[in-house]
Amino acid sequence: MATETKATTKVKSRTLFQETWRRLIKNRGAIVGMVFLILLIAVAVLSPVLFDYETDIIGQNMAEALQPPNAAHWFGTDEYGRDLFARVLYGARYSLIIGVGAVMLGLIVGTILGSAAGFKGGITDSIIMRGIDIFYSIPNIMTAVVIVSLLGTSTVNLMIALAFSCASSFARIVRASVMTIRDQEYVESSYAMGLPTWKIIVKHILPNCLSPIIVQITLLIGTTIISASSLSFLGIGVPAPAPEWGALLSAGRGHIRDASYMCVIPGLAIMFTVLALNLLGDGLRDALDPKLKK
Amino acid sequence: MIKYILKRLVMLIPVILVTSFLIFWAMSLTGGDPALQIAGDKATPEQVEQIREELGLNDPFLVRYAKYMAGMVTGDMGQSYVTKRDVFKTFMERLPNTLMLGGAAVLIAVLVSLPLGIYTAIHQNTWKDTAGMIFALFGTSMPNFWLGLMLIIIFSLTLGWLPSGGKTGFASLILPAVTVGFGLAALITRTTRSSMLDVLRQDYMTTARAKGCSEKRVIYTHGLKNALIPIITAIGLQMSLVITGSVLAETVFSWPGIGRLVYDSISKRDTPMVTGSIILCSVLMCIINLVVDLIYAFFDPRIKAQYSKKG
Repeated sequence: MATETKATTKVKSRTLFQETWRRLIKNRGAIVGMVFLILLIAVAVLSPVLFDYETDIIGQNMAEALQPPNAAHWFGTDEYGRDLFARVLYGARYSLIIGVGAVMLGLIVGTILGSAAGFKGGITDSIIMRGIDIFYSIPNIMTAVVIVSLLGTSTVNLMIALAFSCASSFARIVRASVMTIRDQEYVESSYAMGLPTWKIIVKHILPNCLSPIIVQITLLIGTTIISASSLSFLGIGVPAPAPEWGALLSAGRGHIRDASYMCVIPGLAIMFTVLALNLLGDGLRDALDPKLKK
Repeated sequence: MIKYILKRLVMLIPVILVTSFLIFWAMSLTGGDPALQIAGDKATPEQVEQIREELGLNDPFLVRYAKYMAGMVTGDMGQSYVTKRDVFKTFMERLPNTLMLGGAAVLIAVLVSLPLGIYTAIHQNTWKDTAGMIFALFGTSMPNFWLGLMLIIIFSLTLGWLPSGGKTGFASLILPAVTVGFGLAALITRTTRSSMLDVLRQDYMTTARAKGCSEKRVIYTHGLKNALIPIITAIGLQMSLVITGSVLAETVFSWPGIGRLVYDSISKRDTPMVTGSIILCSVLMCIINLVVDLIYAFFDPRIKAQYSKKG
């Protein structure tokens, strides 16, 4: 009987994840964003199965060049007769890989820097934060230009270039969170128990700053996708003939008068992806910190 | 206050030195051999060596950097490999165009977002609020260079109302400024709304109403003035976005500013022009950040008092 009562009490209590999820699914915008992103990830994963890269994505067919959207080519064709529908769907792979990759890389570097600055304080904090301040004084696009010029144009180098600005954002957030948590009693008791600093940060401090980090990850993936497409649009992003969305827009710009659909469709793909990420990010923020919504 | 400004200007020096060092170092590793680039493919090794000597490329890196920075102080940042023109002069010629574009974009953004942010805050949780927030959400999700292309398709190619590129007068400024200003407007609308919502709940707002102040006076004099600090902070933080937006908008609209200069220099692998432009852009950003800090003081007497004590 006693065990039964215990079990009932257990069912009633919710973990942080369950509580967040319960609040998140009540937010219509977040649901729309989430469904769109699940579909987009499915498309990105399945596109190599659905299309052959050599023939469908980069293979040229001049006989069908610059055809407006029709039954055979839903999004029309480009100046080399390549099907835009296939290229836009395949392009989701690039945008998602670059967006997620750059943010994750930035997260790792930013978390290490931010926790070191916040936890150690003093001279370490001053050096790291002044470095980040200096970095902030250079517009993101200029930093990316310098890094891509240094490393050369490729998808991985673009990711590294964009990870720099993500790292500085994460470092600031993690530092602020660590500074509020480091003086808590449970951190002091971990110290008293003789735990090494890195273990205290990883096991006790970082899990307590997860909420702002999760929200920032979602929002930064969107910003990074826009930045990546901007750099590709300028010709210093993903090299041709890869169908990255910014590169598709750059190619479409040359045909703005005779085939404007080439400019419209890749931009819509970027916009809806970032919109979905922003909707999910806003939803997550409200779900993780309901005080903000009020 | 003047002491504080001078102090801030002095503090800019190490920031500029570190930034320029990093950019100069990174750019010196790229672009191959500048002497070979200038001399061309048909030059003899002796000619290439002579150019290398003339440009000081055989000097150690730190000496080259010191010479470069000394030149920067006197307005000499080398010559473009492509146009053979002075880098500093070319940058300064283009700067007013970018400032004009950036200024017009900020003006448009503020004129749209402040009233919209206040309106949505006053009508919180109504369809008007939702509509305003949908606008802001789309604005932050849209790549601005794509918006530029869409504006060209609609207003230049379809309706024929405005020019699609170049700098031909006031009309040619409208589309690039809207392109840069739209994203900024969306961000400021969100900040204005949340800042106003915070202020509208304060007790002094109720007191102002109880005193018999008109609703307009309550909102604009008592509310907006107190909500302005976070809004100015948001605008200040987004100046980097204005510069980035200008680079892209100038490329889309062939606007003869710094962004277009950087883009052309990158595509032609003109290393001195790219290095000089990026260093000068960073200096520009530092100055803009300083100006934003000083604007805070103008709107918030508490900060002004703090400055006076520091000074």
